[in-house]
Amino acid sequence: MQRTVFLAITLALAAVVGSALAAPVNYKTPDEVAAFKPGPNLEVVQGNCSACHSADYINTQPPMKDKKAFWQAEVTKMMKVYGAPIDDADVGKIVDYLAATY
Amino acid sequence: MFDRRDLLKGAGLAAVATALNPAKALALDTVTLPFANGERPLVKYPQKRPMIGLTSRPPQLETPFAVFNDGPITPNNAFFVRYHLSDLPYNLDPDKFTLEVKGKVDKPLKLSLKDIRKMKATEIVAVNQCSGNSRGFLDPRVAGGQLANGAMGNARWRGVPLKAVLAMAGVQSGAKQVTFNGMDGPVSDKTPDFVKALDIDHANDGEVMLAYGMNGEDLPFLNGFPLRLIVPGYFGTYWVKHVNEITVVDNVYDGFWMKSAYRIPDTPNNAVEPGTAPKATIPINRFTIRSFITSVPDGAKLKAGGTTLRGIAFDGGKGIKEVAVSTDGGKTWTNAKLGKDLGKYSFREWTLPVKLAAGSHELKVRATGNGGETQPDTPRWNPAGYLRNVVETVRVTVA
Repeated sequence: MQRTVFLAITLALAAVVGSALAAPVNYKTPDEVAAFKPGPNLEVVQGNCSACHSADYINTQPPMKDKKAFWQAEVTKMMKVYGAPIDDADVGKIVDYLAATY
Repeated sequence: MFDRRDLLKGAGLAAVATALNPAKALALDTVTLPFANGERPLVKYPQKRPMIGLTSRPPQLETPFAVFNDGPITPNNAFFVRYHLSDLPYNLDPDKFTLEVKGKVDKPLKLSLKDIRKMKATEIVAVNQCSGNSRGFLDPRVAGGQLANGAMGNARWRGVPLKAVLAMAGVQSGAKQVTFNGMDGPVSDKTPDFVKALDIDHANDGEVMLAYGMNGEDLPFLNGFPLRLIVPGYFGTYWVKHVNEITVVDNVYDGFWMKSAYRIPDTPNNAVEPGTAPKATIPINRFTIRSFITSVPDGAKLKAGGTTLRGIAFDGGKGIKEVAVSTDGGKTWTNAKLGKDLGKYSFREWTLPVKLAAGSHELKVRATGNGGETQPDTPRWNPAGYLRNVVETVRVTVA
């Protein structure tokens, strides 16, 4: 009896592990915790920037002397180099938010 | 050492573990890297110990520096992670994985992992270092991943020489470069996919490797499972993860990640006057020589008397000739004893017993390579913040 139970458990485990063996990796990253700081036009920034990357890409940038030029260059890079589909009307809003907030 | 079973077990257990432990937002604590805006969360990812979180999407994790004092090999669960684009192959199936070899070859190939593992395996111990390692220390600061010194690691890689795979495919005459693409990609089709290129002679040098093993285990997912390119002595940008597409081309590949990104000034020491732009650039290539004190963190308080300093050194592949240490801010230097030689691409450990009198001390370390290359006393600068290799200084107070 004991042996049967043991065997059953072994088989059950083998089935679990066995099915897992054939499975894809299914890697799970932790939830994103970084958020954009409150500021003007926050929703425009969230809508445009979050599609491709988390907020910590922005949060961790260094404090620059000329914030406006720095962030203008970054937003331009995102559009010209990485193809971010940002409306012309939103560009200034995003740059203003970033320069005022970071 | 490796077989199919290990691979499956590794993947299977990872799947079970994640199923049992649904990932949660685990900000364990924070660390503050020693530059402005250097506060980072310590984060826990599957297959990783708590790491310094730079970004979460795509994941970028820095190794806590204390790890480098534990030995010359960086454990898989502490090895840094750097991605460019957010569409990761989180659900890839190793049984269905295929490496395609195409382009200017006589016989295009589609190889399964099984096919690759059946080939004669080789191993090499080699450092992988992110091009932007230490970028946060630049003055003036520049945009990009703001890393301290933990975007590097040293591992024993196991796999097959790229040369052997190219030989199977039969490289045609006129081939100039080989390009490498991985399963990770951009979220938007407007974003250039991450593709890197090596010259054909480099690709065929017998050292460049397609690795499936790392320190006796499968590659961790975030380090490129199930297959990544190993380019010994070269910056991590070339070590394409999840690599599944190799193309032999008869031109110099001009994709964004080669032609426009990861460029260094075409100047002596690849440096320019801080804050200025170079006239001409070349693709980043080999590591500059570096050395670190690992046994004593900056700002440490030590007891007066004898202590043994230790650390690591590495270079772009000539190997470390000597490591010198100063305990008086660089006035006098003493050669350290080098540890076991694990190969010319590996971290080389060093130790030096010193006596420290009460007071403040600046400890410095400087490596010299077999090619005569050494480290500068003052930092060099380039606009992307690459190649940092200034002589490192650790300030301690002795009482």
